[in-house]
Amino acid sequence: MKVEQLSIFIENKSGRLAEVTRILGEAGINIRVLSLADTSDFGILRLIVDKVEQAKFALKEKGFTVDKTEVVAVEVPDRPGGMANILQSIDNNQINIEYMYAFVERGGGNAVIIFRFDDTEKAIEALKSNGFNIIDGQQLYSM
Amino acid sequence: MFYNEEFETLPRPALEALQLKRLQAALERVYANVPFYRDAFNATGIKPGDVKSLNDLERLPFTTKQNMRDSYPYGLFAVPMEEIVRIHASSGTTGKPTVVGYTRKDIDIWSELMARSFVSAGAGKGDIIHNAYGYGLFTGGLGAHYGAERLGASVIPISGGNTKRQIMIMQDFGSTVLTCTPSYALFMAEEAKVEGVNFKDLRLKVGIFGAEPWSEAMRGEIEAKLNLDAIDIYGLSEIMGPGVAIECIEAKCGLHIWEDHFIPEIINPDTGQRLAEGERGELVITTITKQGIPLIRYRTRDITSIIYEPCLCGRTHARITRMSGRSDDMLIIRGVNVFPSQIEAILVGIEGVEPHYLLVVDRMENLDTLEVHVEVDEHIFSDEVKILQRLAKRIEKEIKDKLGITCSARLVEPKSIQRSEGKATRVIDNRKL
Repeated sequence: MKVEQLSIFIENKSGRLAEVTRILGEAGINIRVLSLADTSDFGILRLIVDKVEQAKFALKEKGFTVDKTEVVAVEVPDRPGGMANILQSIDNNQINIEYMYAFVERGGGNAVIIFRFDDTEKAIEALKSNGFNIIDGQQLYSM
Repeated sequence: MFYNEEFETLPRPALEALQLKRLQAALERVYANVPFYRDAFNATGIKPGDVKSLNDLERLPFTTKQNMRDSYPYGLFAVPMEEIVRIHASSGTTGKPTVVGYTRKDIDIWSELMARSFVSAGAGKGDIIHNAYGYGLFTGGLGAHYGAERLGASVIPISGGNTKRQIMIMQDFGSTVLTCTPSYALFMAEEAKVEGVNFKDLRLKVGIFGAEPWSEAMRGEIEAKLNLDAIDIYGLSEIMGPGVAIECIEAKCGLHIWEDHFIPEIINPDTGQRLAEGERGELVITTITKQGIPLIRYRTRDITSIIYEPCLCGRTHARITRMSGRSDDMLIIRGVNVFPSQIEAILVGIEGVEPHYLLVVDRMENLDTLEVHVEVDEHIFSDEVKILQRLAKRIEKEIKDKLGITCSARLVEPKSIQRSEGKATRVIDNRKL
């Protein structure tokens, strides 16, 4: 039920993001989703890729600091109120969101929201019991 | 364990009598053979014969690094060049290097003092000494080398550089003692990790680290990563080279200075006044047996204090405490004096932070700024921005609380701070003063 996400520490200077994507490209890794959290000094690049372990290895070998975390991907209908609905449900269950990002599924009528919760297990339980469709890692990596 | 038990444990009255006798002879020698000293003594109205006690030393003028530069290259030598068998020079960061010459007897004494130092650190005849100090004009390599041979140990003269090969040789040759700078030791630990080598599988038991100031916290770090006892050694080429003073493995508390060859004093660097036992100030050393280039009251610019309390190892020689830095390394940031080693101690004390750091000092709108660069590795990295920002804030706060300096902590990518195989560069000062 969980999705493995890579996070990479990047200094806020020119060319670093290009370097990460170049390394992944050369290793034959396809990026499925990405999000960048940035501050004035540094950024944290969060990636979901098709081959997690290979990607982690390739980046570490080039000296990047890489961490693997578990996130949850939830499918919501791509229409007004879709997002509000799920956020309300999360709030009702008193679960905290550390961060989130989203994308719209190709061709389909759904959006996928990636969440990092403070309590992943509890969040999954709550979302399932409220009828949300949680996407499995394997499905997302090959989406 | 001692190398020269008689002299290392000489009772203080006998040691001081020996010092006085040797001091008087040294003063006669420099007065007769070095015009610089003859002029300096004459200017203060003191003749070598006026020095009747060790306290009279205080009446003599200092020798400074600048005096050595002014006498470049051989002006302070006290013997004819035919007597000189070796020349070393210290890296001249500003202008010309400082040149020193050794007679055969000087080399002989240096070898003995270095051999004593090895034994003090817990090394012995049966050890395989991996000497990664640089060989060349720098005194580190050859100084440790001759001491190791005098001791009768097996010395591997590997010098600095080519870290992968160093690790392979430590593994294959069964090195038991490592000599290098503390920053290079940590660099080796990093490289070993990359190579998949665990220091626990090596035979190293002792590391003798010097040539740059380091902190007690860094000792803990090195001992944990390299799985050995880390011993602090002190020396400077002007006085001799490595082996002027060293910790004993029994106490690891202060560095015994070989007082039968050197007389240490601590002075207030601003006034030149001698300070009492235990007070921190600039270390001044008089060489009392050196022939090639004897120095009287040489101002080392190193900041330390001195203790005469007996040590549990049995040596009677005074101890100098861990150097907090060189007076010329001292940064003055908005009027506050700070040594890089003090910042290092704070950083290493924060869990997960590696002792690879860089201090960048600048001046903006007439205000000094300090940026502390710290590398982010897996131990401190998080996928959440707030956790990293909290770490940066904590570094800033601890430096502010403990040193009274406002700084900004900057998190940088791993290995982006330049590694050194010799002395590490810890400070970049961009101020145009």
